[in-house]
Amino acid sequence: MNDALDVTLRLLVVFVVFLTFPLLIGQTEHKVMAHMQGRLGPMYAGGFHGWAQLVADGVKFAQKEDVVPAGADRRIFQLAPAVALLPYLLVLLAIPIGPEEGAVGEVIDAGVFFVLAVMGVGVLGALMAGWASANKFSLLGGLRTAAQLLAYELPMLLAAASVAMAAGTVSLPGILNAFEWWWLPWQIVGAIVFFVAGLAELQRPPFDMPVADSEIIFGAYTEYTGLRFALFLLAEYAGIVVLCGLTTVLFLGGWHGPWGADGLGWVWTLLKTAVLAFIVIWLRVTYPRLREDQLQKLSWTLLVPLALAQIALTGIVKVVIE
Amino acid sequence: MPETTVVVAADKGVVVSAEYFQSYSVVGLLAVVGVLFVAVAFGAGRLLRPVVPTPEKLLTYECGVDPVGEGWAHTQVRYYVYAFLYVIFAVDSIFLFPWATVFAAPGYGATTLVEMFIFLGFLAVGLLYAYKKGVLAWT
Repeated sequence: MNDALDVTLRLLVVFVVFLTFPLLIGQTEHKVMAHMQGRLGPMYAGGFHGWAQLVADGVKFAQKEDVVPAGADRRIFQLAPAVALLPYLLVLLAIPIGPEEGAVGEVIDAGVFFVLAVMGVGVLGALMAGWASANKFSLLGGLRTAAQLLAYELPMLLAAASVAMAAGTVSLPGILNAFEWWWLPWQIVGAIVFFVAGLAELQRPPFDMPVADSEIIFGAYTEYTGLRFALFLLAEYAGIVVLCGLTTVLFLGGWHGPWGADGLGWVWTLLKTAVLAFIVIWLRVTYPRLREDQLQKLSWTLLVPLALAQIALTGIVKVVIE
Repeated sequence: MPETTVVVAADKGVVVSAEYFQSYSVVGLLAVVGVLFVAVAFGAGRLLRPVVPTPEKLLTYECGVDPVGEGWAHTQVRYYVYAFLYVIFAVDSIFLFPWATVFAAPGYGATTLVEMFIFLGFLAVGLLYAYKKGVLAWT
């Protein structure tokens, strides 16, 4: 009985985090982007600096008509947002936030493996949307999404493998237990590769070729309206939470900090995740979109070789110190 | 006694697999929660939103004008070699994970490191070959 209660509570916490953190990041993006561009951003909804803007957006989305184009593959079209969104919920379960026994949704032994595998499923949602919409722009967007996944999944895998080598385990809490501060400089190349590849998988600017509005309207999501469109947006921001959380856990030491790691470890995790999320927003405002061929070139001729070099470095250092 | 050892080992095996399935059953539960969430959201959305379909509204959206041409069109497929490259490399790199957990364990050391460099060498040569063949460039 106690076990059941414990599991229920954990699932509830993960679910609430899944629903609120993406909104927090979305609201931060509204305000940070606005101020970086000399604007104020939302100011009215909710009164204080427009804090309720995304709530208002949600209410608006729920009231909008749900249009399924006549030519679309109805079932697939309607299911696609769920397929894009739910993998990120599952990944959140495996991310540890503190050093204590219970400070993780569920300890999954094959953590890194599980997380990367499940995250890859999300892209299927965009592919389904792109194909089922029966729209040329959607199809182009879907195919660009697929091409992007093909290019960036590999450096991401390799960078994560480097951390698994350093820690000698693929369990996320296990990696954090093995973490030492000098892993930061040791794994820095892997960290950058992982973060950049993750950005590309989320199709965040500067890697937003699949949804480039000036060429293909909104890529795979062109035909979507109302709630289903909102779920795609939620998936993007849930993806930011997951990517930043994973980068924190794998490369930045998660709950480790200069002080207070025992009681306040979870604060470190949240802080590092928040800083990374800020960087994600910052990059969006700073860089122009990469062209499709530049995008592929960046991955195959820079990120993959860098990740391989990181693995070689990790291997040598690890064997020497053992 | 040998018999006891066997029993203990068997017990341990059972426990390990029980824990293994327990952690994934929680994943399964969360997946159920997620599916319920989506179902409730879609169901509630159905009750809240208006439904006023018109033929114009159900047309494919192409920048506001009526759709041009058929659904089938000629196109030049670029970059398909990348897909092959990805499959080859990703399958290779999957093998890194189990190896990564043991390669520095006592009794492995330098030998596994050399093996790793052979492995990385294969990947690097493959990539170099693709680069030389020109498949990594826009054609």
